[in-house]
Amino acid sequence: MVADGNTPAPPERLWRNPEPKRNYDVVIVGAGGHGLATAYYLARNHGITDIAVVERGWLAGGNMARNTTIIRSNYLLDASAALYDHALRLWEELPEELDYEFHFSQRGVLNLAHTEQEVRDARRRAFANELNGVDAEWLTPDEIAEVCPILDTSPNLRYPVLGATYQRRAGIAKHDLVAWGLARKCDEMGVDFVQNREVTGFLTDGDRVVGVRTDKGDIGAGRVGLAAAGRTTLLTDTLGLRLPLQSHPLQAMATEILEPVHPCVVMSNHVHVYTSQAHKGELVLGAGIDTHNGYAQRGSVHVVENQLAAAVELFPVFARAHLLRTWAGTVDVTPDASPIIGPTPYENLFVNCGWGTGGFKATPGAGWVFAHTIATGSPHPLNEPYGMERFTTGALIDEHGAAAVAH
Amino acid sequence: MLLVRCPWCGDRDEAEFRYGGQADVDYPADPHQLDDASWGEYLFVRANPLGSFNERWMHTAGCRRWFSLVRDTATNEMSPDIPRRRESR
Repeated sequence: MVADGNTPAPPERLWRNPEPKRNYDVVIVGAGGHGLATAYYLARNHGITDIAVVERGWLAGGNMARNTTIIRSNYLLDASAALYDHALRLWEELPEELDYEFHFSQRGVLNLAHTEQEVRDARRRAFANELNGVDAEWLTPDEIAEVCPILDTSPNLRYPVLGATYQRRAGIAKHDLVAWGLARKCDEMGVDFVQNREVTGFLTDGDRVVGVRTDKGDIGAGRVGLAAAGRTTLLTDTLGLRLPLQSHPLQAMATEILEPVHPCVVMSNHVHVYTSQAHKGELVLGAGIDTHNGYAQRGSVHVVENQLAAAVELFPVFARAHLLRTWAGTVDVTPDASPIIGPTPYENLFVNCGWGTGGFKATPGAGWVFAHTIATGSPHPLNEPYGMERFTTGALIDEHGAAAVAH
Repeated sequence: MLLVRCPWCGDRDEAEFRYGGQADVDYPADPHQLDDASWGEYLFVRANPLGSFNERWMHTAGCRRWFSLVRDTATNEMSPDIPRRRESR
C-alpha cells in the first residue's frame, strides 16, 4: 500500500496471531481500545507480559472501529475530570511513546449552549474545569465564529448559539491507528492476541475466577479483566453477577470525503449532534443512543434523521454533503452515565464497562487504571470512585449533564 | 425503524413511543425490610438479555397508555403476547 502523504502506509505485520497457551497470568476479554490499552499498561507499568487478549471478532473491530473519535476531558465532576484529563495527558504523550503516528489532532472542542440555562450550566462546567486544572474557556458567539466559521452563529436559528465552552487541548485521533499502535507495542512486549475466539463464560473455583471458557476451549488465567463493552453482562450473567448496565445501539455516520472545511469539533447537547471532520475528509456525525436495549448493531432511522436535522441547521454547508454510511455499535450504559472500573465479588475478576457513548476518549486512561486494578488487585486512586459499590452506597457520579450527550 | 404494535391503536412507528425498559419490576413489597444492596438492586439493576426481553412501551403520540411486549434484542422481532407474569425478576 502506498502512503497518500497524510496517512502512513501500514507495515507488513503489526502483531502475531499465536495459538493461545493453556494458561496466562492475565486474560483480558475484548481486544478493543480499552483491552489493548490495558494490556499495554500492564506490560509497561507493571511488568506483566504473560497476557492473552481474547477477542470474539477481529482486533479493534467492535466499537473501536466505529466511533466518532472525539477526545476531551471537560467533565463537570471532580472524579470525572481527573480520570478523563489523565487520559488526555496520556494521549498527548502516546504517539511518541508508541513510536506510531496516529494523528492525534488537538483541534479543540466547542460545546455549544442554546438556552439561558445551558449557558449557566456550561459556564459552571468551565469554572469547575479550571478548578480541576482542565483547560476551559467561555466563548461568545462572535468568538465562536472565529474558531468555526462554517457554524451558523446568527440569531436566526430556532435554537441560536448563545455561547460555547472551548477546550483547546481536546480533539480527535485516528482510531484504527491508535489500536494498531497499541497492538504492535503489546506484541513486542510478548502479549498474545487471540482473535476469532469468543469468551462464553468463566472457570471458577468457589468464588474465585481461574480462567475463561471460550467457543474453542478453556484458557486458564491468574486474573481476568473484562473490557467487553456492550456484551459485558452476557458474561457476568453466567456468574449470577448482576451489573447495572443496559446495552443500547449507538449510531454514527460519515459523509463523502470533502475538502477541509471543519476546523474543530462541535458538540451540541440541546439540538443534539456532534460533528468533526476526519483527517481523510469525511464529516463524522453522532449523537445519543437509541432508547431501546439492543444487540443488533442497528438503530432506527428517526434517530439519524434528528441529528442530521440538527447538523444541517447548525452548519448550512452540510446540506450539500452526501451521507455515505451510517452504523451502530452496542454500548453499555449505567444509570449515572459513568463507567464501572474495579474488582468484583469474584476474586481475580475485574470489570471495565459502562462507558456508554464516551469510551474512546478515555482509552489510555481506562487502560492505565484498569491495568493497575488488575495488577494490584485494588483500584488506582483515579478509579476508586468508579467501583460498582456506588450503586449500593448511593455515591453516584452522575454525569448526565456534563457528558454533553444523552445517554 | 421499529414498528411497534400498540394494543389499542395497532401498528405504529417507533417514533410515536417512549421506551420504558424492563417490564414487571415491582415496587418492593416491604420496603422497610430492604437492605442497601437490595435497594440498589431494585433501583439500578435490570435484566439486559441478548434475546427475548419483556419490556414496557408507552404510546406517547397516540393513546398515551403503557403496555408490555416481548422483543428479541438481537433481531428486534416483537411479539404482542404479554407473557405470564414471572414470580421474580
